[in-house]
Amino acid sequence: MQTFDLAQRGLRELNQTLHALQGTTNQTVWEIVNTKGSHAIAAGVDAPLDITVRGTTGYYCAGMNKQATIRITGSAGPGVAENIMSGAVIVEGDASQYAGATGRGGLLVIKGNASSRCGISMKGIDIVVHGNIGHMSAFMGQSGNLVVLGDAGDALGDSLYEARLFVRGKVKSLGADCIEKEMRPEHLEALEDLLRRGEADAKAKPEQFRRYGSARKLYNFNIDNASAY
Amino acid sequence: MCGIVGLFLKDKSLEPKLGQMLTDMLITMTDRGPDSAGIAIYGDVDKGLAKITVQSADPTRDFADLDGDLHEALGQPVTILIKSSHAVIELPEGQVEAARTALARLRPNVKVMSVGDSLEIYKEVGLPKDVAARFDVAKMGGSHGIGHTRMATESAVTTLGAHPFSTGPDQCLVHNGSLSNHNGLRRELIRLGTTFETQNDTEVAAAYVSQKLKEGHNLGEALESGLDDLDGFYTFVVGTKDGFGVVRDPIACKPAVMAETDQYVAFGSEYRALVNLPGIETARVWEPEPATVYFWNH
Repeated sequence: MQTFDLAQRGLRELNQTLHALQGTTNQTVWEIVNTKGSHAIAAGVDAPLDITVRGTTGYYCAGMNKQATIRITGSAGPGVAENIMSGAVIVEGDASQYAGATGRGGLLVIKGNASSRCGISMKGIDIVVHGNIGHMSAFMGQSGNLVVLGDAGDALGDSLYEARLFVRGKVKSLGADCIEKEMRPEHLEALEDLLRRGEADAKAKPEQFRRYGSARKLYNFNIDNASAY
Repeated sequence: MCGIVGLFLKDKSLEPKLGQMLTDMLITMTDRGPDSAGIAIYGDVDKGLAKITVQSADPTRDFADLDGDLHEALGQPVTILIKSSHAVIELPEGQVEAARTALARLRPNVKVMSVGDSLEIYKEVGLPKDVAARFDVAKMGGSHGIGHTRMATESAVTTLGAHPFSTGPDQCLVHNGSLSNHNGLRRELIRLGTTFETQNDTEVAAAYVSQKLKEGHNLGEALESGLDDLDGFYTFVVGTKDGFGVVRDPIACKPAVMAETDQYVAFGSEYRALVNLPGIETARVWEPEPATVYFWNH
């Protein structure tokens, strides 16, 4: 295992080192120490690495990740795994606002709570939150899955496109054009897989969840609203 | 963008280190606000005495023999401690209003930063590390304090535009964000008797809280009513003589992290600001909820 001391060598050297590992490398297991809330740790990695970030991170940790599995042992600051393309990011603690924003693929697991705007504008990412999520989560979500084992805050799924939202606990309020939908066998099956990949407690069963999605009323202009413009 | 740090001590043994801890936290927030910096510190209370912190762009001229001139005007003993562009005037309680009137006449260019029993405010344009060094903040002790690093959006980069703002005795407020209804609110507060020093939106928020406290509300109630009356983006951290409060607007896009242990309550715009606090590894760390008032009292 390679250990990188961020306090000694700095962020730029860390990310340049990780970026240089595209293609063939036998240095696949990394540990990053002395994180102290620094920004952009392990952002832009594009190799099948196994990275453990020890401690708590600042803005944009694991942003734009491709292929790598990045595990954060503490909590994550704003924009963790923002625009993730593939691979997996696992946060053992809590995540700040807009976790997984605009993510196009891959998996984001948050074992604590996520703050506001979790999965905002998600475009294919799968997000599994073991705790609660804050307000305006999955705003304008286009595709992918957001699974919440706890409760959701205000305005869940506002202006939603085709992202699928599964919540086990209470939803404080649904956003514009977001409605509860029937849980069909294919959804239960997908959820079972997401819970397994999301390292959820074995007590979490797909049947305990409700599904939310777009009512698709905002897709087209409604001529009756013309006077409002 | 701006940076906020705050520290409210529960453990008295940390009090001599307050200035040092706040300085470290403030410097960590430099890249959130390199324009100006300021610090409000609640220090020792000398029984029967009040403090006025003043600032001058020409301290050599304005602070020369200021204690003598004030002594003559008030007929009361006055001591003055000069720290770069600021000076702390210590005078008998009950002489504050007379001293302010005398100051306006004797030294018209001097600005009052704060008034109270324990509060001192130091703020200037420049990098946080330079501002902190200029006033030797690291050597100051106290029970609680608030710091701010400014990246200006709403009004000019000047000493008076820097935070914290103080609009009432032993009260101060810092802000990350911008208000959209501050002009209307300013007119309303002027009607109620407030005098404003700047065109800054944050000064309006500070004066709003002061007005509520003057009307007899406690800090929690004042911040609660601010949620209805203040429109815009804000994370506020507020100090009073024995209290420390935090509130975020309902959208809550301006960042905030808090930590609490048996020894302190700490606030940072980012977790980075908190990493060197004692026992942070085992502290309860959380993000304040939107539209929720938090406050602590000694």
